[in-house]
Amino acid sequence: MSETLALEVRNITKRFPGVLANDRVNFTLHKGEIHSLLGENGAGKSTLMNIIYGLYSPDEGEFFIDGQRVEIKNPHDAITRGIGMVHQHFMLVPVFTVAENIILGSEVTRGFTLDMTRARKEIRALSQEYGLEVDPDAVVEDLPVGIQQRVEIVKALYRQAKILVLDEPTAVLTPQEAEDLFRIMRHLTERGVSIIFISHKLKEVLEISDRITVMRRGKVVGTTTPAETDESGLAAMMVGRQVVLQVEKGPAHPAEPVFAVRDLRVLDERKLEAVRGVSFQVHAGEILGIAGVQGNGQTELAEAITGLRRVEGGAITVDGAPVPDRDPRFLFERGMGHIPEDRQKHGLVLPYPVADNLALVAYYKPPFADGIQRNDAAIMENAVRLIDEYDIRTPGPLVPAGNLSGGNQQKVIVARELSRHPRFLLANQPTRGLDVGSIEYIHKQMVAARDNGAAVLLISAELDEVMSLADRIAVIFHGQIVAVVKPGEVTKEQLGLMMAGTPAEEVL
Amino acid sequence: MQTTLESPPAWKVYLSRWGWGLGTALVLLVLVLWNYAQNPTSTEAVLASTVRQSTPLVLGALCGLWGERAAVINIGIEGQMLLAAFIGFLVNVWTGNLFLAVVAGVLTGAVLGALLAFMSVTLKIDQIIGGTVINILALGLTGYFYQQGLTTHGKLQAIPLGALAKIPLIGPVFFDNPPITYLTILLVFFSHYLLFYTRWGLRTRAVGEHPRAADTLGVDVYLMRYANVIFGGAIAGLAGAFLTLEAVGSFERAMTNGRGFVALAVMIFGKWTPLGSWGAALLFGFATAMQTQLQFAGLNIPHQFIGMLPYLLTIIVLAGFVGRARPPAADGVPYEKE
Repeated sequence: MSETLALEVRNITKRFPGVLANDRVNFTLHKGEIHSLLGENGAGKSTLMNIIYGLYSPDEGEFFIDGQRVEIKNPHDAITRGIGMVHQHFMLVPVFTVAENIILGSEVTRGFTLDMTRARKEIRALSQEYGLEVDPDAVVEDLPVGIQQRVEIVKALYRQAKILVLDEPTAVLTPQEAEDLFRIMRHLTERGVSIIFISHKLKEVLEISDRITVMRRGKVVGTTTPAETDESGLAAMMVGRQVVLQVEKGPAHPAEPVFAVRDLRVLDERKLEAVRGVSFQVHAGEILGIAGVQGNGQTELAEAITGLRRVEGGAITVDGAPVPDRDPRFLFERGMGHIPEDRQKHGLVLPYPVADNLALVAYYKPPFADGIQRNDAAIMENAVRLIDEYDIRTPGPLVPAGNLSGGNQQKVIVARELSRHPRFLLANQPTRGLDVGSIEYIHKQMVAARDNGAAVLLISAELDEVMSLADRIAVIFHGQIVAVVKPGEVTKEQLGLMMAGTPAEEVL
Repeated sequence: MQTTLESPPAWKVYLSRWGWGLGTALVLLVLVLWNYAQNPTSTEAVLASTVRQSTPLVLGALCGLWGERAAVINIGIEGQMLLAAFIGFLVNVWTGNLFLAVVAGVLTGAVLGALLAFMSVTLKIDQIIGGTVINILALGLTGYFYQQGLTTHGKLQAIPLGALAKIPLIGPVFFDNPPITYLTILLVFFSHYLLFYTRWGLRTRAVGEHPRAADTLGVDVYLMRYANVIFGGAIAGLAGAFLTLEAVGSFERAMTNGRGFVALAVMIFGKWTPLGSWGAALLFGFATAMQTQLQFAGLNIPHQFIGMLPYLLTIIVLAGFVGRARPPAADGVPYEKE
């Protein structure tokens, strides 16, 4: 069989201080296959891929490429052995052109001068051969992320990569862009490229893979194929127990309206109207889901509600009283909880300890403040209690929040916001980039908040999340609410069509 | 919904980027020609002085530029120039050889560049502090070892370039200069070529913008930073040599007189490009030349005010008056390998 193996790693072990990131990992990649690597955050997938790409050196283990034993000490070795990697955070120089990015490190020259004419020609030829349309002269920062990703793939192919590692490539893509990527991936395998696909989205993995290997806590749990398993099977392998993928919740008992926006208008960074006359009400005891493809005004809507962005027109009211413009503390004081879209930028102060982050919204009030001083005892007590209650996996309350995994960072935010028993909860993409175990947990907490009488506004681009969590769904498209439906009354396809701009009358 | 963006035509991009500078240059050109018609000798004198005054500035700016393009901020240019001026001067006093003295100056700058690189790349010290260390070091060393009354054995003399030097206006300004001034003009064009048209330049810029990306493609980030900062230091050394061996012919305490800092303003004004920096340096040189001219003109303004002109210009430039220029994205950030 070994002649059909593009890559084999044996007994890879990698220790970081205090963590066994990879524990005798074995992994094989056949020629021309798409082999998915699945696992929770911190399971060791990225570590393994960084080892294969020469960014980390393993403590133990061997590599075989095309049956030959090889050493990979740095990215340069990996590149010369035909391994290419598309990192989760793109490795592109934003101010360079596509062509400059692609040739960097493998430049073609005539004398001392860069031969850009030849580079362009080669890139065009590659684009055509693999069906990856890119303009060599476009500046990367002007391109949408989907195209930037394409540039990354061309960059690997330009180095004659035969093995392509894609590290969570769909995390940043819209559903349409993801479909595009899958088409490209299939095309690549037809041309003999072997692909390692890292993801924690079960559906995608089942759709695209030839084989699936699941990792948990640094070890390979098993390898399977899409035919032999399904979503709940994979989830169980990942987490090590049965996971409830369907949110368990009883019917909503909506009471009085708590929060309302009327004819809201908000501008985006470019001074264009991003929210164009949005009105809705959220009642106590219900979850209102705002469903839409990224970039249809959700970010601006959330920022306007939380007082981070100026309101151009319309009104925001809570319990019937108007909310003043750009006063973030106003709503917090009146019992709002906010799970922001970007946990690292807006949700946490990453260098601060977990304990301080857990006190961040109310740090200036007793019990956390004692006059102008901090009350460290109260802050610690609060932290210890919440870490336990919300199952935050951290070595201790004084560890910087930035050292935690994404899922646990999100749990810190959820713990902080929900422990205050908010009357109104704004959750913006609350589970983005998280693994199934954390998603399950956060969904449960949100339903619990609803059942305790909170009015919950959920903004999400994940169709499954909105469908399973929301009691009512408002579809947002181009800054306007185009339909309000109940989850039981529409199919996912209908919702997807409306999110893509098909008028509700045609769909329903 | 974003679709593929049409990039605007090249000339439009160019104009929006450089229009301000080009416009100023055009206005200045008209003024110069008009003035030349009125009074040829004094115009030629002012312009020749402009080129000479701009030489240390453009060299300093090139030094800063090579460092910052590789993401190392160099505020030690002043110190690099000063110590290089001093060492160059001493070597000339001891050996009587001007060429050796220039080489010694350049090497001094390069050694200080290596020191800065060691502090900021290897030790990852705050780069502003690293640069300040060099400035204080240079000021202290030169002050301590300075002896009064020494003079150089001659100065670098102007070499007229045959018929070219005879062209009215342009000849005396550009083609009748001493060697370091010629070398500087060549260095401007060489730097432009190196930065934008060669493998070296592409990798340098990549390291200054997104070092991790360069690293994943097998580019040695530390090597690129060291090499560029040392190269920059050598250029600053040349500027120091210019001061003692070509311009003045002796050494004085703190004779760089803030030129290393003005050079940084020149670099920013020139938007981190060699050609832009040259234009900016010429403008600053012009301000300095005018200052001398105005003092002679017998205007009823105290000379201190006129003397402020170049520094005033620096403040205006640094206050961002000339439009936003974008420094390299990783500028000033030490690179940590994973």
